[in-house]
Amino acid sequence: MPSSKDIKKQIGSIENTKKITSAMEMVAASKMRKAEARMHATRPYAEKMRQVIGHIGKAHPEYTHSFLEERQTETAGILIITSDRGLCGGLNTNAMRRALNLMEELQSQGVSYRVAAIGRKSLPLLNRIGVDIMAEVSDLGDAPEVTDIAGTVKVVMDAFMEGQLDRVYLVYNRFVNTMTQNVETEQILPITEITEPAELHWDYIYEPEPQEVIDGLMERYVESLVYHGLVENIASEQAARMVAMKSASDNAEELIEDLKLSYNKARQAAITAELAEITSGAAALEE
Amino acid sequence: MTIHVDVVSADREIYSGQSEMVVAPAEMGEVGIMPGHSPLVTRLLPGEVRIQHEGREEEVLFVSGGFLEVQPSVVTILADTAERAPDIDAAEAEAAKRRAEKALEEQTSDMELARAKAELAEATARLRIYRRHRERA
Repeated sequence: MPSSKDIKKQIGSIENTKKITSAMEMVAASKMRKAEARMHATRPYAEKMRQVIGHIGKAHPEYTHSFLEERQTETAGILIITSDRGLCGGLNTNAMRRALNLMEELQSQGVSYRVAAIGRKSLPLLNRIGVDIMAEVSDLGDAPEVTDIAGTVKVVMDAFMEGQLDRVYLVYNRFVNTMTQNVETEQILPITEITEPAELHWDYIYEPEPQEVIDGLMERYVESLVYHGLVENIASEQAARMVAMKSASDNAEELIEDLKLSYNKARQAAITAELAEITSGAAALEE
Repeated sequence: MTIHVDVVSADREIYSGQSEMVVAPAEMGEVGIMPGHSPLVTRLLPGEVRIQHEGREEEVLFVSGGFLEVQPSVVTILADTAERAPDIDAAEAEAAKRRAEKALEEQTSDMELARAKAELAEATARLRIYRRHRERA
């Protein structure tokens, strides 16, 4: 049986760990609220963008941008969003598992694939399996801007436009609520989710040329899709971290309770032993 | 007569409301949009967007570029980034301007030159809007 001193030391160390995990829990909770607000704030842009592209698409059925063109898929691109930091439960593992499943599925269809990574946590696995990484960006912090990911997204868009990629998927964690984050696989190229407006179309005046305006809009739209995924992923990360740290704190609490019990038992045993020694000593003297 | 105006950037919705006239820095020159304007789609340059409404102070926003779409009853500005004039960080804009000017002098490659020019235009526009806002206030 360990001595009461050893147990006391162990309790102290677990208490320190608990302090850290509960601090991390609180930080994650506050960051999650901010990330959630940012997530809601990005929605209007994507929605408006979709409407504008829908209107223009209806007004100009003759000009189809290559981003809207379905073609025979020979090579697919997978854009994987993970967090930069760990200690957030199974968040990144789930995303990576989904990405690996997607790779297997593509391979079984005879489609080759290339990968682009946003966030640091996907890199070790991607490097280990030796997949071709087209572009990578990490260290984005808690409040990234669209320009932070624009470079990576551009590499992917250019590859699509040049025909090196025929389809592009985005893998990220969608924030449902604090307890639930779902891994989503979204096809971002070719663009599928354009809502056609119900009303009659009208002829636009374009400045400068229609093609240039439409090209610019399409690029911004794809950027905004990826950005939205990133912001969702950040909210998910904070939520997952909060839950993981909460259960770590609870576990620490449980351990401390158990150890306190053993500590008291050890203390009692020591006292009993001492008393027994004294009384037996006294009894020996009386005789 | 008013027209509905929405100004959104990738990270938030900045303005949504009715207006009598919207002035925006279109690529081919500044445009003023009033109710009944023909449908128009244009790219925007860095500059100021003014949203006028009777009985209220004019709303002045800085946009770093983006798109303007005019439909018969709705004006939509899809800004790359946008901020309200009172929110402009003058010191930051000044620093950005100096950085861009320095990069312009060094002009190492065509691409950097183009970027420096764009950044300079943006910083200058922000400063101009900030100063005008200060004068008025």
